[in-house]
Amino acid sequence: MGSRVNLLNSFEPKTGRMLPSTLFSGVDPGWVALLSPELASRAQFGWTISVHIIFASLSIGLAPFMIYFTWKDVRTDDERFARLRSFWVQVFAVGFVMGTVTGIPMSFQFGTNFPQFSTVAGELIGGPLAFEAKMAFFLEAVFLGVLLYGRERVRDGTYVLSSVLVGVGAWLSGFWILIVNAWMQTPRGYEMVTRNGMEVARLTDPSAAFLTPRMPWMYVHMINASLIAVALLVAGVSAYIVWKTRESEAWNTALKLAVVILLVTAPMQAVHGDAYARHVEDTQPQKFAAMEAHYETDEADLHLLAFPREVDALTDPRAENLVTVSLPRVGSFLASGGDFGAEVTGLNEYEENPPVALVFWSFRAMVGLGFLFIALALWGGYLIYDGRLTDSDRYLKAMVAASPLGYAALLTGWYVTEIGRQPWVIQGELRTGEAVSSTLTGAEATLTLAAFVVVYVGLVATALYVLKWLIQDELRALGADEPSGDRWRGPLPEVSDDD
Amino acid sequence: MTESLLPVDAYLVASLPEVWFAAVMFALGMYVVLDGFDFGIGMLYATRTTEHEREAFLSAFGPVWDANEVWLIAFATMLLAAFPRVYSALLADHNLLAIGFVFALLFRGLGPELREQRDDERWERYCDYAFVGGSAAAPLLFGVLAGRWAFDVATLSLPALLTGVDLVAVSIVTGAAFLAAKSDPDVASELRGYGTAATLVYLGGTVALLASVVATDAGGAAEAIRSPPAAAVVALSIAAGLGGIGLARRGAYRAWLASALTLPALLSALIALLLYPTIYPPTGLSVRGAVVSPLALNLVTVLGFPVLLLVLWYFKYLYGVFSGPVDAEGYGG
Repeated sequence: MGSRVNLLNSFEPKTGRMLPSTLFSGVDPGWVALLSPELASRAQFGWTISVHIIFASLSIGLAPFMIYFTWKDVRTDDERFARLRSFWVQVFAVGFVMGTVTGIPMSFQFGTNFPQFSTVAGELIGGPLAFEAKMAFFLEAVFLGVLLYGRERVRDGTYVLSSVLVGVGAWLSGFWILIVNAWMQTPRGYEMVTRNGMEVARLTDPSAAFLTPRMPWMYVHMINASLIAVALLVAGVSAYIVWKTRESEAWNTALKLAVVILLVTAPMQAVHGDAYARHVEDTQPQKFAAMEAHYETDEADLHLLAFPREVDALTDPRAENLVTVSLPRVGSFLASGGDFGAEVTGLNEYEENPPVALVFWSFRAMVGLGFLFIALALWGGYLIYDGRLTDSDRYLKAMVAASPLGYAALLTGWYVTEIGRQPWVIQGELRTGEAVSSTLTGAEATLTLAAFVVVYVGLVATALYVLKWLIQDELRALGADEPSGDRWRGPLPEVSDDD
Repeated sequence: MTESLLPVDAYLVASLPEVWFAAVMFALGMYVVLDGFDFGIGMLYATRTTEHEREAFLSAFGPVWDANEVWLIAFATMLLAAFPRVYSALLADHNLLAIGFVFALLFRGLGPELREQRDDERWERYCDYAFVGGSAAAPLLFGVLAGRWAFDVATLSLPALLTGVDLVAVSIVTGAAFLAAKSDPDVASELRGYGTAATLVYLGGTVALLASVVATDAGGAAEAIRSPPAAAVVALSIAAGLGGIGLARRGAYRAWLASALTLPALLSALIALLLYPTIYPPTGLSVRGAVVSPLALNLVTVLGFPVLLLVLWYFKYLYGVFSGPVDAEGYGG
């Protein structure tokens, strides 16, 4: 490991407080401050997967919409569904390409930046990743080709089937990749053996290794989170178009459909998430303690709401720094499944802790957003019941504003999962610091991190522009007034006249 | 449950590690063959001057490139599943090359997809730069990476650079043949010219590559190059290359395509022959030394191989749906 500073040193042991002064190491005597290979690798992986997961979950969440619109379009020849199919299949296509090109760097980084992880865990993670490629990616890519370019070249039934197969591919891809991630959280079905002078994991029980305790929790939570995020996106786009056009049957239908899906998925996520948190307390008590910033092993209160009392609380969310609305001992009750007096393990029990502040605030952001989504769903449900869904300007504007928030919840949820697992990359088995390449230099790692930041920022911006152009095309096609450039910032689109 | 179905301490067949070495190299070959002609389309796209011709090339590229690119992921993940130490070392030791390559793929993939999102000349020009630049850089960097892997040489060495040039050239050959089989006669005869030149560069490059490897015994591959199987692969490549030029001259473009596609397949086979029984020359790691334990390999065999057959059927279906001539409006109804 040489002279590299272990990233764990960047956090105060025990408290997990971030110490900004130690974030940089190997500082060049000149003007360039290089990040340590470890910190740069972690930042790079965290950043690239944050972008990738937006597109991956877009495929998962949009698949049911796309299948439904395609099926209705082919079955009924209803103009509404032709319009919706065409729009959302285009969004799906752009999202899929973005997902592919941002996804390949993910699997490469297991080798370029974290080769020790790949070597140690190869027997356990290689199989699921290979199955993901063979069972999911090929299915998605091949039949998306048919879906995008083959309308005139295949029969109607085959065309609808293609949309189904694309969706199955997206959901299967989530299945296999979460098998890998769940194994990293609750590893099972292996033993550590020495091979070529190195401790590596040897597969001993495939069914235990694939279906780890975390897997079902994670899969349901992630699929549902993707559905919520996309329902909010569809609702937001629909609400905007309805608001601009005032009479678009197609987009009224889409808005209603999205709200109905939200009515099912948003409450379900809260109920499921509550049980999931109990499971985390059982299997990863340290992560659970970080989620609640619970330091002493004793009875735990449940902080329903927490606000920083002073700036310090942002980096060190201890009870004394917070204004909280808490239910005394309900934390114990929830964690134990019914015992108000149950002891909850505190962070002080551990030698090293994750950066507590990131986990604590991410968890609160996710939960808070989750309740906001339930409120939006109920409000929408009431408006549907009252027959005023598309007339309420206030609701339409609220849904436009909420359209990116599903992704905010999804990302903060993953921050809880991934940052909360630190200092481990494989819980209890391999530390993240030990997984990093020993040949990687600070200069290389910083260079690639910078490149990924620049390119992926450009990518996200481009994706947003494309969505904007698609919406403007749609408004033009619906005969709505051309939206002026001052409503959305950025260059004016030049829409072709032929549609 | 699975334990009773799968042997834990013995491979399903004694040669399973070698079968997996072949399977991984097969996936690599599929990638180089299929995405190779995508790269070729991207590079030849730069020679088109009218919007109509550009759109015709993009129509040929559109339905298939993404599926073709998945073979890269299949190759990488199969390598990880069967030989994790090789996966780790290959990427960690060449991390800038590998990341440069994935950036090239990123620009290549996004260019055409984004181009059609907006009717604006400047926007389209930027997207075209991304498409052409990515299509040229990707095979170059991937080839250099493969050369460094197979011959244990530096990036700026003759064997690595020649492998990169070879992959660029052979991609142009297959791209030209693929497009010629789908284009009108005028465009096809132009493509024949590019294809012929690229074939000669490829064959010359390959001979120079092998000569430079023999001269320096890079990666200890000199002896393997003189072995009968390697010599046979080289002879077949020359026959397929020159034969392809002849077929193209006679306007037999589909036959030209068939012979052109054997070139990158033979190149992958050659790399496999030069590697084996070693799998990672920089550390001298062998196939047997790098392979995972019997249970893990048996599992990926039993679950993975049937799916691989299914995947081959998908491709047969995909290319069946999108067969025949193509123009700016895409494939006809």
